[in-house]
Amino acid sequence: MFINLKRIIKTGFVNFWRNGFLSFSAIIVLTLCLVSFGAIMFADVFGHAMVDQVKDKIDITVYFNQGAAESDILALQQTVDKLPEVASTTYISSDEALANFQNKWQNNSLILQSIDEINENPFPAAMTIKAKEPSEYSSISDFLSSSAAMTASGTPLVDSVNYGENQVIIDRLGRLIPDVEGAGLGLAILLVIVAVIVTFNTIRLIIYTSRDEISVMRLVGASNTYVRGPFVVSGIMCGIISGLLTLLILAGLVFWSGALIAHIAGATVASDLSSVVSIFSAYFISNFGEIFTIIMSAGIILGAISSYLAVRRYLKV
Amino acid sequence: MIYYDKVTKIYPDGSTALDNVSFGVEPKEFVTIVGHSGAGKTTLMKMLIAEDHPTSGVVFFESANIHKMKKRDMTRYRRRIGMVFQDYRLIRNKTAYENIAFAMEAAGRTASEVAADVPHVLELVDLADKMWNFPHQLSGGERQRVAIARAIVNQPDIIVADEPTGNLDPENTFEIIRILQKINELGTTVFLTTHNKGVVDAVGGRVITMEKGKVVRDDKSGKYIL
Repeated sequence: MFINLKRIIKTGFVNFWRNGFLSFSAIIVLTLCLVSFGAIMFADVFGHAMVDQVKDKIDITVYFNQGAAESDILALQQTVDKLPEVASTTYISSDEALANFQNKWQNNSLILQSIDEINENPFPAAMTIKAKEPSEYSSISDFLSSSAAMTASGTPLVDSVNYGENQVIIDRLGRLIPDVEGAGLGLAILLVIVAVIVTFNTIRLIIYTSRDEISVMRLVGASNTYVRGPFVVSGIMCGIISGLLTLLILAGLVFWSGALIAHIAGATVASDLSSVVSIFSAYFISNFGEIFTIIMSAGIILGAISSYLAVRRYLKV
Repeated sequence: MIYYDKVTKIYPDGSTALDNVSFGVEPKEFVTIVGHSGAGKTTLMKMLIAEDHPTSGVVFFESANIHKMKKRDMTRYRRRIGMVFQDYRLIRNKTAYENIAFAMEAAGRTASEVAADVPHVLELVDLADKMWNFPHQLSGGERQRVAIARAIVNQPDIIVADEPTGNLDPENTFEIIRILQKINELGTTVFLTTHNKGVVDAVGGRVITMEKGKVVRDDKSGKYIL
């Protein structure tokens, strides 16, 4: 038993080496297949990052009445924070709003002068709210116009919510994002199926060239396992080499992609979206263990199973 | 030892390769099957090694029905038969040594047995100097000698040789026949097919003549008559 295993492994290695060209073509196809696996993983990460960026840009701003007491506003903020739909809230007092405005226009004396002309702070206190999902903004908006957002005496705290103005965009994004994610997943599954079929057929063709020899081995009195084993070992070797090649290729692509994205997007946008620019390399480094395991095991399993099934056809003798 | 009982083989295209063939082979016999191409000689061999199944009838090896064997028994049974084919059927990416070693390893022999026996049989077929050549580096006669070495290395009960000299020149042909005779003298049953008159006359021994799938003559010490 043990000696058989040793012989099978050794024969697998020797065959892999002697069938140089065939092993080479198997490695090429398997590597392409694995690279497309990797590309799907990265496309998924990129898609999520983009969607998150867009989601992050969406928020609604609540403007409070000038007379609203800060304590009431802070109490409301606490209530809103506890709503399950809400991801985060930021309170901006009217003083802060003024300071932000002055900061932003500090090089434009005309605008700063006009503020001074008014002689009082024209900015209302405001609160920006981010929801966990874009579709949840309408219910948050409804909540803010309800009685919960009143002072004890019954005067409304909230002057206006800018949800109405952004409603169309927010709604559309809310509907679009799940569609885009679904389509991406469908495409990924399709690509994986195509890659697996191509790999399987390539390995089948390679083993087809050995069909006569497989029957000779059977006729000489070799058991099925003994005939099949070396092919599976060769398949596993192709898988290991392809996996390592794939990781190298992915690493190259990942670190080159940062420069490419920056180049396409232009310097200003790139600095604005720095998290997107370095997203691939960051993901690759932080999840290297996971990526390594997935790619290597996919290669090994694909190589082994393809070989196992391909030989089976010729073992009937 | 081997018994063909009313074996008929009709191929899917409707041609009858064997038509109600019955005969037996005793241990240590040297049986030559002669007949024109298409007379059913190769089909007869394929039945014996279960490369193909009969349409009707039974082939026995000792008391076992060859075509009813389980996979595991089949593997063991095949190790008791050494096969030699017209087209050699060596494994391309293995050297002469490895081709022979493969048959031993497949039979579960130990490494030391392999190391001892393979050079020995290669010497027997006079190929000790070409041990590490791949099949494509050998001539037809040399390849067939490797195939014979592979067939005998597990000391089988029977050697089945299907037109082993079909692709060889006269000199190599007689070399092969000489080797088969030597194997037979050492106590192995030999089952040989040929359409070469010279081969039959050189062998002597029992001759079964086939024509259109039927056994038409069975002579204890025959000559080539067609």
